[in-house]
Amino acid sequence: MQRQVPLLLTAAIGLVMLLYFFVPNPIISGPGHFFEDAVIIVVAFAIVLGAANLLQFNGEIIVRRGKDWPYKAVLLLSMFAMIGIGLVEGEHYLDPETKFSWMYNTFYASMQATMFALLAFYIASAAFRAFRIRNVEAALLAIAALFVMIGRVPIGLAISKNWPNGVQLPQISDWIMENPQNSAKRAILMGAALGVMSTGLRIIMGIEGSFSRGEGR
Amino acid sequence: MASLIVFLVVLAVVAGILAFLLRVPAVAAWFARLRGLDRRWIFVAVWVLVMIPLLFPLKLPIAPTARAVEYYEEIEKLKPGDIVLLSADYDPASGPELGPMLRSSLTQLCRHKVKIVGDCLWPGGPPLLEQGFNQVARDQFHYQYGVDYVNLGFKEGREAVILAMGNSIPGTFASDFRGTPVTQLPLMNKVTNLSSVKLLVNISAGYPGTKEWVQQASRRFNLKIISGCTAVSAPEYYAYLQSNQLLGLLGGMAGAAEYEKMTGITGSATKGMDAQSSVHLLIMLCILMGNLAHWAARRQGER
Repeated sequence: MQRQVPLLLTAAIGLVMLLYFFVPNPIISGPGHFFEDAVIIVVAFAIVLGAANLLQFNGEIIVRRGKDWPYKAVLLLSMFAMIGIGLVEGEHYLDPETKFSWMYNTFYASMQATMFALLAFYIASAAFRAFRIRNVEAALLAIAALFVMIGRVPIGLAISKNWPNGVQLPQISDWIMENPQNSAKRAILMGAALGVMSTGLRIIMGIEGSFSRGEGR
Repeated sequence: MASLIVFLVVLAVVAGILAFLLRVPAVAAWFARLRGLDRRWIFVAVWVLVMIPLLFPLKLPIAPTARAVEYYEEIEKLKPGDIVLLSADYDPASGPELGPMLRSSLTQLCRHKVKIVGDCLWPGGPPLLEQGFNQVARDQFHYQYGVDYVNLGFKEGREAVILAMGNSIPGTFASDFRGTPVTQLPLMNKVTNLSSVKLLVNISAGYPGTKEWVQQASRRFNLKIISGCTAVSAPEYYAYLQSNQLLGLLGGMAGAAEYEKMTGITGSATKGMDAQSSVHLLIMLCILMGNLAHWAARRQGER
């Protein structure tokens, strides 16, 4: 029973949502709309669950002074500070002059931008250390990468603006993106789509039941 | 043609010189030692090559690509009063790439006196969208909140939110990001579902974003979509461009700079392209030098 009920519910809801995509009949679309709204509500509860999990996991480490506990304390303090100030400032918490906005712009936005900006440094370092041309495939990849990198920035146009039409660096870059790159990407996309379809059908038909047994934990 | 021949000759000469130098033991040993280069030197080089063009702009030429032109032209087709959905699906991490796209898109939309409904599928997005609305729609074009534009804010649920918006936008977002019921906003009385908007302008940093909008809403709700996305996610969307499920694409800061040129704005993307050019050259040099060091070491039997 513990196993059959979740499988039955999954199969029934999966079938309704599948039909809902193709059949505009109200008999199908009514439950379809209901399940759509239900998903949004359930996912919203997951945020609360995530916050509780964050509190429990990091709280335990802070209490027993575990590894990196000061960082975890800063994490929880920041979370409570943002939630607290947001609640105090009420519905206008995102207005430009609020403390919440100040914290968002000063801390959150700056730190996120910093983390992303660091990528440029690590990409350059990785290009030097890891991009090894050991065989023909790697050589083709490197040549394509060099053309795309130079063709996507203005220096590529500046170098090749007097070259014949069709072989200018931005045009070569565009050709690589539109043809070989796109062909490979589309093949991956179609493969993934077929995988999703088969997994979905397995779940609806009750063949794939690992999610209800808690496998993988 | 002459400049291409000169370029190819120079390239061949440089390759020849490098091949010759690698046969000289002292030079090969120097290249082999490069393998142990402290990566902090590379970090310093990146920093210098970003800072110099930002302080002393090179003003390199920017030419819009076909996909950026398509993005621009889709907005040009709009008429005053048309309703556009602007989904800002990103957070501050992608701000330098996507912020200029958002501001330029808002500028072009406001020039056409288009009504704009904004939403976010990323929790960090609403303040960025609000800042864009305030800077462009409210301050530059004197758009009135609730009448000319609305910020619906963030709703968790990813693809489910897109599907629910296809059924009913006011039903999905019962209040705007300030908590005002959408029934009190005049603009929202004209908006029913995704089929009632003329165009979706999606500024996307990843998941959920352009891919999900195309998969869930393009054909199902007859939604025209154009996208401005991060450079790293752009390759994924070319398949949708060729199938006309996506009608225009701005890829990364380069796409943003191309779009700024078309809209006549000299924004942060245009200013950043010189720095991006120099860093791209550095990365190319890193690939070349890293491989020369590897080949030199292998030649010396140092594996």
